[in-house]
Amino acid sequence: MSILLDENSKIIVQGLTGSEGTKHAGRMLASGSQIVGGVNPRKAGTEVQIEGVTLPIFGTVAEAMTATGANVSVVFVPPAFAKAAVLEAVDAGIPLAVVITEGIPVKDSAEFWAHAKAKGGVTRIIGPNCPGVISPGKSNAGIIPATIAGPGPIGLVSKSGTLTYQMMFELRDIGISTAVGIGGDPVIGTTHIDALAAFEADPETTAIVMIGEIGGDAEERAAEFIKANVTKPVVAYVAGFTAPEGKTMGHAGAIVSGSSGTAQAKKEALEAAGVRVGKTPSETAALMREVFATV
Amino acid sequence: MDLYEYQARDLFESYGVPVLPGIVADTPEDVRAAAEKLGGTVVVKAQVKTGGRGKAGGVKVAQSPDDAEAAARAILGLDIKGHVVRRVMVAAGARIAQEFYFSVLLDRANRSYLSLSSVEGGMDIEQLAVEKPEALARIEIDPLTGIDAAKAEEIARAAGFPEDLLPKIAPVLERLWWVYRDEDATLVEVNPLVLTESGEIIALDGKITLDENAAFRHQHHAALADAGDIDPLEAKAKENDLNYVKLDGQVGIIGNGAGLVMSTLDVVSYAGEAHGGVKPANFLDIGGGASAEVMAAGLDVILHDSQVKSVFVNVFGGITACDAVANGIVGALEKLGNTATKPLVVRLDGNNVEEGRRILAQAAHPLVTVVDTMDDAADKAAELANA
Repeated sequence: MSILLDENSKIIVQGLTGSEGTKHAGRMLASGSQIVGGVNPRKAGTEVQIEGVTLPIFGTVAEAMTATGANVSVVFVPPAFAKAAVLEAVDAGIPLAVVITEGIPVKDSAEFWAHAKAKGGVTRIIGPNCPGVISPGKSNAGIIPATIAGPGPIGLVSKSGTLTYQMMFELRDIGISTAVGIGGDPVIGTTHIDALAAFEADPETTAIVMIGEIGGDAEERAAEFIKANVTKPVVAYVAGFTAPEGKTMGHAGAIVSGSSGTAQAKKEALEAAGVRVGKTPSETAALMREVFATV
Repeated sequence: MDLYEYQARDLFESYGVPVLPGIVADTPEDVRAAAEKLGGTVVVKAQVKTGGRGKAGGVKVAQSPDDAEAAARAILGLDIKGHVVRRVMVAAGARIAQEFYFSVLLDRANRSYLSLSSVEGGMDIEQLAVEKPEALARIEIDPLTGIDAAKAEEIARAAGFPEDLLPKIAPVLERLWWVYRDEDATLVEVNPLVLTESGEIIALDGKITLDENAAFRHQHHAALADAGDIDPLEAKAKENDLNYVKLDGQVGIIGNGAGLVMSTLDVVSYAGEAHGGVKPANFLDIGGGASAEVMAAGLDVILHDSQVKSVFVNVFGGITACDAVANGIVGALEKLGNTATKPLVVRLDGNNVEEGRRILAQAAHPLVTVVDTMDDAADKAAELANA
């Protein structure tokens, strides 16, 4: 097993015909993902060739699901149109929507999240502004390079894309069950807690690495959740110990305001929940190795 | 983006939120003229993007134009928590009967919005939340329905606003919601929202934070950005679409991906402890692409920072191949020529790393040192910055 994504996942790409969509669909196909089509209302009925695969373009997500049995959508639609794309995916009832797009106004994210919730939570949203999800050797929905690490027993959840890659790389000899990039925006569909719960329930995952960063209190809430609900060992890393107050560090969500949201506060909360926290990515990987040797 | 009080006041006014007349001025003479124009008692208020202005002496009541001019002389140039006062707002005085608090903001934890309201207006809200949490009414706002007339009354009642004032307060709360919704704000705060002795409800002081991701649908927001407030290097970076934040250290940092760059700042800070306490000079995320052009633009900004003594280029080749990054570095150094004078420590890992390192080795640029791991590279960069 793995979480969220496996060899049976059938993926459609919203925005497949755009340059980012085409480029990354090619990479997903090359890594063995089953991509079954794309969505673009203006090009419905046409086909595109990517990596030697002929992919049909549908007018709507609902049509694509009916025709192909797709159960995952990866969204590469530009920010101004992303909300409409996600709303459409939710209305079609697709089980998983992975929103890669960066720069979506937070109001739009809050609205599509509220809409998904009102629809009964049928659609799990990952992102926005995230690298996506990969279950190495099985399927890849997003932009995480498939060559960094192979399958294995470690579950990884991270706000940051490149730190996801760095940590997969550090732990490539052990291997990854699923890596989930949840994104660095203030409003995201899937949280650390959601991923932790899924890893806890996944028999193929034996230990979990959680990567957080400054801003908000998601890591503190994850710490409480771990204390109460997670029996598997968790090792964590928090980026931004030396970030100054009031400066946004790249991610819209990564800003320390007042006394809340500091890396130190997050580290303390996690350690109080029994999570070992590394000061650097390499130290975190070393902690994971120690922990892994004992499970 | 945080707005100044006067900008918030103007936006409020354009949405029909009741505010007092206010005139912005940046010299004592203009403040005097403003006070003359407004007549009667005025309040001279420092325009800075930080709290605690009153305590710092940044807000003064003036009974006459002479007083106002004197107040301006005292306030202009004042340093309030690192923010130098460059302009003030001269606002008409108000006879205040009662002060309330209202805000609507993004609630990250619930992926929703939250309104906070209280009859204990005027004081610092974070202090109120700690000292009298029962006095702060928290009402969730559904992003899809917002604050309509019924919701506004619910908020006003929860806060304990006087029942007879509800017909006056509720419409103001609704309009403040319109500001939040239609301007793509992530915070709209009024503190205090006052009841005057003559029975009017007025937003006396406001704070607005706008979502920069939404700038594409608000052409007028660009004019609200304060060019004078931005560091010149940050301005230069912005022109080149670089995600750069100036910090106060000696090791220039270039990396790809916000998380990795944040992490690089940490690793360099730790390494600096062994090298005379050198620190990162900046945050610079060149994103996934890392082409020669972007690398050159990034290096150009960092090398113009006179505090920088060494530069650490930390790239994990995910989507980007390391050979492209290496070519970018070599190309950037060629492009910069003699203006590149500071040592560069480069750490490459990931996609096509062997080829990337080979390209750098072959170029053998005298300023470039290639180090295999992030930790060792940070140590080397800190060492060079302390040399």
